[in-house]
Amino acid sequence: MKRLKTLVLFSTMMLVFGALAACGNAPSDASKDNSGGGESVSGSIVIDGSSTVFPIMEALTYQYNQKNPEVDVTVNSSGSGGGFKKFTRGETDLSNASRPIKEEEKQIAKENGIEYKELELAKDGLSVVVSKKNDFVDSLTIEQLQKIFRAESGVTKWSDINPEWPDEPIKIFSPGHDSGTFDYFNEVILEDKPMKEGQNTTLSEDDNMLVRGIKDNPYAIGYFGYAYYAENKDSLKVLGIDNGEGKPVKPTPETIKSGEYTPLSRPLFTYVNLKSLKEKQQVADFVKFTLKNAGEAAEQVGYVALPEEKYQQQLDMIKEITK
Amino acid sequence: MQLINHQNIQKRSGGRVLLNKVFKVLFFLSTTVGLIFLSMLLYRVLTQGTGHLNWDFITNFPAPYPDKAGIFAGLIGSLMLMAIVAPITIIIGVGTAIYLEEYARKNRFTNFIQANIQNLAGVPSIVFGLLGLTFFVYLFQMGYTLIAGGLTMSLLVLPVIVVAAQEALRAVPNDVKEASYGMGASKWQTVLRVVLPAALPGILTGTILSLSRAIGETAPLIIVGAATAIYSIPDSLLSKYTVMPIQIYNWTGRPQEEWQLVAAAGIIVLLTVLLLMNAIAVWIRNKFQNRY
Repeated sequence: MKRLKTLVLFSTMMLVFGALAACGNAPSDASKDNSGGGESVSGSIVIDGSSTVFPIMEALTYQYNQKNPEVDVTVNSSGSGGGFKKFTRGETDLSNASRPIKEEEKQIAKENGIEYKELELAKDGLSVVVSKKNDFVDSLTIEQLQKIFRAESGVTKWSDINPEWPDEPIKIFSPGHDSGTFDYFNEVILEDKPMKEGQNTTLSEDDNMLVRGIKDNPYAIGYFGYAYYAENKDSLKVLGIDNGEGKPVKPTPETIKSGEYTPLSRPLFTYVNLKSLKEKQQVADFVKFTLKNAGEAAEQVGYVALPEEKYQQQLDMIKEITK
Repeated sequence: MQLINHQNIQKRSGGRVLLNKVFKVLFFLSTTVGLIFLSMLLYRVLTQGTGHLNWDFITNFPAPYPDKAGIFAGLIGSLMLMAIVAPITIIIGVGTAIYLEEYARKNRFTNFIQANIQNLAGVPSIVFGLLGLTFFVYLFQMGYTLIAGGLTMSLLVLPVIVVAAQEALRAVPNDVKEASYGMGASKWQTVLRVVLPAALPGILTGTILSLSRAIGETAPLIIVGAATAIYSIPDSLLSKYTVMPIQIYNWTGRPQEEWQLVAAAGIIVLLTVLLLMNAIAVWIRNKFQNRY
């Protein structure tokens, strides 16, 4: 009998728990969560988007939260594309992106009446790397890069690119097709032509996996954000990229900042919803804070800051809008 | 004439004894494979993570510096999520199992339901994430909130709990039930006082296993909008939230080495919560075991 009582008690507890969970706080807070709608005074900022930009945004929101703990900031990282999906529905105030907004995304935003402004936060140099054990390549031209990565070139061995190089298959390590990093590489190198697939190509959304794949294989090549190279300088060799001028340039904070490392320097963005910017005081405040501190935050997490005047210009523009 | 031909027996049993030994070794090896990988994982996680594991790590919110980052938001988020998932799934899951096993007539329709539940138990978790996004987040307009995440996770674990509860109910000996009916008890009285207490250990085992799955899931929660960085804990069912696996996943993706250590510390916290959950369940199970 005692056990039965315990059982009944236990299930009653569960029931009460369930009932509380089902209806508990709902009514009082329904009005509070207007974050997607605008006009709210609740003081929340909703940010989503690129996981590449996430570390910068995390650093910024962290500092902002220390100063303004009453503002509720949340940052998600569902990728540039996933972020824009929510942004163009008006669900988020800011959307981080490691590539510019696409035509079809602009179209959706227009249909939903979403107006936005693009803000550039920092720069990243897509670094093309090989293993330290690779002793034959130091730099590549854009044309050679295209031969290595494009499926149509038919190139499979290093010796196909340069007869002096070893007669070994090229092992490609690339970020997955959903990532903004791949999108950018696709735009400037692949030019929308299909990339090689098959047993010598490894795709991964986790850049640390790419690092591990490349560092022990002298015949491997891959690309990812500069920070991943900077952290693994001991085991990786970064290649100079020759954009046709006959002078290969390696990515360094200086060459990325000055724009000398091209075309693989990519800008990192955040897009701000104009309605949020005008109607939510906390969003306007945070965007100004962002533009004042983005450079420092970017460098802290391994990206390259923009020249100071670039931030100032954008700040002036925001001040103009929110006046 | 000898009654037992020892030589003959020895000759014929040699192969069987050997076979027995071979299988014993084989089964032992299969057990050790799991154990070896588990201990490797534990060793790696413990050596990497203990350095970062301290009270600050447990009570801090996310931060851009590895030594200041903490898992508090994820820990509380995961626990609150479980507080939603556990009662919902246990009540609905066990209810479904009781209906299917004790009340429903065995016909084509119930067979159809049965087959579907078993199939659902094998559906990839990301599909439940999309389902949750369509229904809870958009259709019911819950937004990217704790309750939407909790309901999505409940859907994910429900089929497993139903199947486990059914197995447990089926294992209750028929004669016990018949004895109860013989005493004049109604079906409900029999279920409540005889069948359920006897099946409880089995039901709990299934529940624990599926809740453990839920607490480690990342993919569906990313889809229904759990945050990656958040500086407050949920104060209502309609708050934004995050969970431990999402934070750990974010840390492992960072380029800097220190973040890997932070991630390992996060894994230790996650494993500890998992162990605690299991321990509580084992304790409850032992309390109710050996009734029949």
